[in-house]
Amino acid sequence: MRRPLGTRAPLLAVRGAALAYLLAFVALPVAALAREGFRGGAAKFVAALASDQARAALGLTLKVALAMAAVNAVMGTWIAYVLVRRPFPGRAVVDALVDLPFAIPTLVTGVMLVALYGPQSTLGALAGASGLRLMYAPPGIVIALLFVTLPFVVRAVQPVLLELDVGQEEAALTLGASPWTAFRRVLLPPLVPAITSGTLLSFARALGEFGAIVVVSGNIPGRTLTAAVLVYGEIESGRPQVAAAVSTALLSFAFALIVTVDWLQRRARHAVL
Amino acid sequence: MSIEVRHVTKRFGGFVASDDVSFVAPEGQVTSLLGPSGSGKSTLLRVIAGLEPPDAGEVYITGSDATWVRAQDRGVGFVFQHYALFRHMTVAENVGFGLVVRKQKRSEVRARVAELLRLVQLDGLADRYPAQLSGGQRQRVALARALAPRPRVLLLDEPFGALDARVREELRAWLRKLHDEVHMTTLLVTHDQEEAMELSDRVVVMNRGKIEQVGSPDDIYDQPATPFVAEFIGSTNRLEVKLDGDRASVEGHRVDLPPGVLQRDGSGESVAWYVRPHEVELRLVSGRGAIPSDVVRIMRLGWVVKLELRLPSGRVVLVQQTREQVDELGLAPGDLVYLALRGAKAFPAAYSI
Amino acid sequence: MPSSEATAAVRIGARPPLRPGAALGRVLLLLVPGAYLAALLLAPLFAVVRAAFAHGPLAFAAAVSSPLALHAFAMTALTTAVAVVLNTAFGLAIAWVLVRDDFRGRRLLSGLVDLPFAVSPVMIGLMAMLLFGTGGWLLPATRALHLRVLFGWPAMALATTFVSLPLVVRELVPVLEEAGIAEEEAARTLGASRWQTLRHVVLPTVRWGLLYGVVLTTARCLGEFGAVLLVSGAMPGQTETATLLVYRLLEERRDAEAHAVAVVLATASVALLAAMKLVESRRNREHAAEGAA
Repeated sequence: MRRPLGTRAPLLAVRGAALAYLLAFVALPVAALAREGFRGGAAKFVAALASDQARAALGLTLKVALAMAAVNAVMGTWIAYVLVRRPFPGRAVVDALVDLPFAIPTLVTGVMLVALYGPQSTLGALAGASGLRLMYAPPGIVIALLFVTLPFVVRAVQPVLLELDVGQEEAALTLGASPWTAFRRVLLPPLVPAITSGTLLSFARALGEFGAIVVVSGNIPGRTLTAAVLVYGEIESGRPQVAAAVSTALLSFAFALIVTVDWLQRRARHAVL
Repeated sequence: MSIEVRHVTKRFGGFVASDDVSFVAPEGQVTSLLGPSGSGKSTLLRVIAGLEPPDAGEVYITGSDATWVRAQDRGVGFVFQHYALFRHMTVAENVGFGLVVRKQKRSEVRARVAELLRLVQLDGLADRYPAQLSGGQRQRVALARALAPRPRVLLLDEPFGALDARVREELRAWLRKLHDEVHMTTLLVTHDQEEAMELSDRVVVMNRGKIEQVGSPDDIYDQPATPFVAEFIGSTNRLEVKLDGDRASVEGHRVDLPPGVLQRDGSGESVAWYVRPHEVELRLVSGRGAIPSDVVRIMRLGWVVKLELRLPSGRVVLVQQTREQVDELGLAPGDLVYLALRGAKAFPAAYSI
Repeated sequence: MPSSEATAAVRIGARPPLRPGAALGRVLLLLVPGAYLAALLLAPLFAVVRAAFAHGPLAFAAAVSSPLALHAFAMTALTTAVAVVLNTAFGLAIAWVLVRDDFRGRRLLSGLVDLPFAVSPVMIGLMAMLLFGTGGWLLPATRALHLRVLFGWPAMALATTFVSLPLVVRELVPVLEEAGIAEEEAARTLGASRWQTLRHVVLPTVRWGLLYGVVLTTARCLGEFGAVLLVSGAMPGQTETATLLVYRLLEERRDAEAHAVAVVLATASVALLAAMKLVESRRNREHAAEGAA
């Protein structure tokens, strides 16, 4: 059907601008990264990932991210529950505080944590005397990740909890359930998709975290060097191929997680309707 | 100032919303597009307004081809189903919007807004926001907003759909009165046959993307062109009939042909008769052409009484009588009564809707 | 609806008398997350503020007003400004296309928008080096334009833009979805051009979401570190942003000065967080008022 260009020109212009912007800013750089990662073929890509240093860094990254995710799933749900269901004075301030990690530069997060828990601080010295090393060690990395990803689970669970009927919990109590049983059997099941989404997102975020970790980890190769910090080191030492290979692997994994979360959330929305 | 639609086809994927549709909405009249949901009437209205491009066909407004004129230049007033009032603007700002975007002088805008608010009887509410209005008031703001830029034609998409029954009836009467004052060519989309019959000079009945019939409200009620129209407009009973000369076998019972039923050549032909509830006479004694039936249920709705009768074939028909008629017969559920047809509309039996 | 008295009676009747253990459980229910938040968020914040002022307010003032510090703040402002302007304008276009437009591959577009969330800042730095560095795809183009991208402010601004690209889009998409298309169509039938529709209908409808997205973007850009670290060359007084300055000061064991600049950044973050909350409450209030419409 003839359709004069004039009627469609503004639409096409907006569509074209949006597409061009995304292609130039997102697709092109990612393509360049993937090309560098696979320079020299798949064998070299695998070899780069299998080197001792890369394996140690990837292993540590997964380990600290898992530890963070476990704590975050529990504490994030807990905080969301208290914020929604247990009104207390100052609730609004605490609620706002939860978003602080989104606003604070990650590097500043690292600086703050070292100032509080570092070996030179009272707390750090105290912990060190009892044999627990917080900063420049894996626990410090986990603490930094917990700080950075705090909002993810809380903000995923909160809206779902708000929409759940308080009556269900109360009904369970009148039927003789203990508060803990009521929470576990009645409240928790509908929250599981939201908790999963938030935890996966925080996990994806943790895989690439750099600013907070580079300050608190000490960056000891093979012990406290995470993948993102390794990438940084490899670039600085002029070995972009290893950096690109590790980046490509991490990026693919993190993106798969985000797509999964998107799918989970869309499915949850359809289930509600 | 007429609207003319020529051979308009519009598909959404595999779904044909409008299939080679042509009709005319004459100047100065109210024309209704009437049909069940999914019949393509709203799509057609959106094509006329320029909100959807047609896949084929043309739209003429005031005699000139408007098919590819942009919505903003088409000069149509459009009242949306849920009004689509601008939530962040006051009533006056909403009504004045079409004038402001045409860069009219502020004093002119103010005067025109005041004039329209007077017309829709909302003088005192100029500074309210849409959220502060009742449903009926919002509807009238939407109408005033559509009329403000002096459109060539007025298009209304289910304008009363979101209102409760009382307000709907009031607004309907008010809109007809308004039209009789301004005489603007109006095209109205509705699924409510009562609304279409009451408001319009001309009704276009649509089904599955096609036009079933175009005519005056009386035409489509008295002379339905298709079984779909017969069933969709008013209530009706469908009866299986075998023709045999000037006699017929209705649901297995032989009767004389009622007046006005189209006589067809050849005997043994199967047809379907569509009989309106009031085209039936009830008697207590058997007679020529009367079909015996059992009274199943009697519903007394004030002056009108509706009865459900079961024919020997098992089919239940709906009959409407006045209260006097029923009281005279003294009917009660379970009674035997004889049913004589005073009129019917015949269609080939195979014709399905 | 039962009267509130009746519900209250049912509630009282249903609750068994409190056992001592239950009281303890209730306290723990609030205490544990409270302690967690205090140890994770508040205590470090106070610690860094204390450390920044350990040598008195004068030392703090000197650290944050040195020429290098002032230049670093200016560089942060510049990269943030470029990223915010680009991502606001194009974010609006992308969100509109995602919600209102319909064409093959639209879902793919949505995935592209989310991609930066999955990318570590250091990887963005790496990508910029691969594109604009030796042998990079875009190097010939920038050479022809006599533009020095890598190790200059353009690369820093571009990297910052990439990092914060999804924020405005993700704020606007649900707002546009909820507003529906009818108001835009109404404007068009009333004679408004696309530009007038954007100005009078779309922008007022999304204004709080847009503002929220802009504040979020600003916060994200102010704090960008990893990507900028790689692409800037981190030359003091030239391509050094505030976060880079903090990092260099830490490396040089000038902790007190590092803490001082970090406190300035943290203060800006807290201010932006307050702005976000303000926008959010305004939006909720208007949403409640318009909810009836």
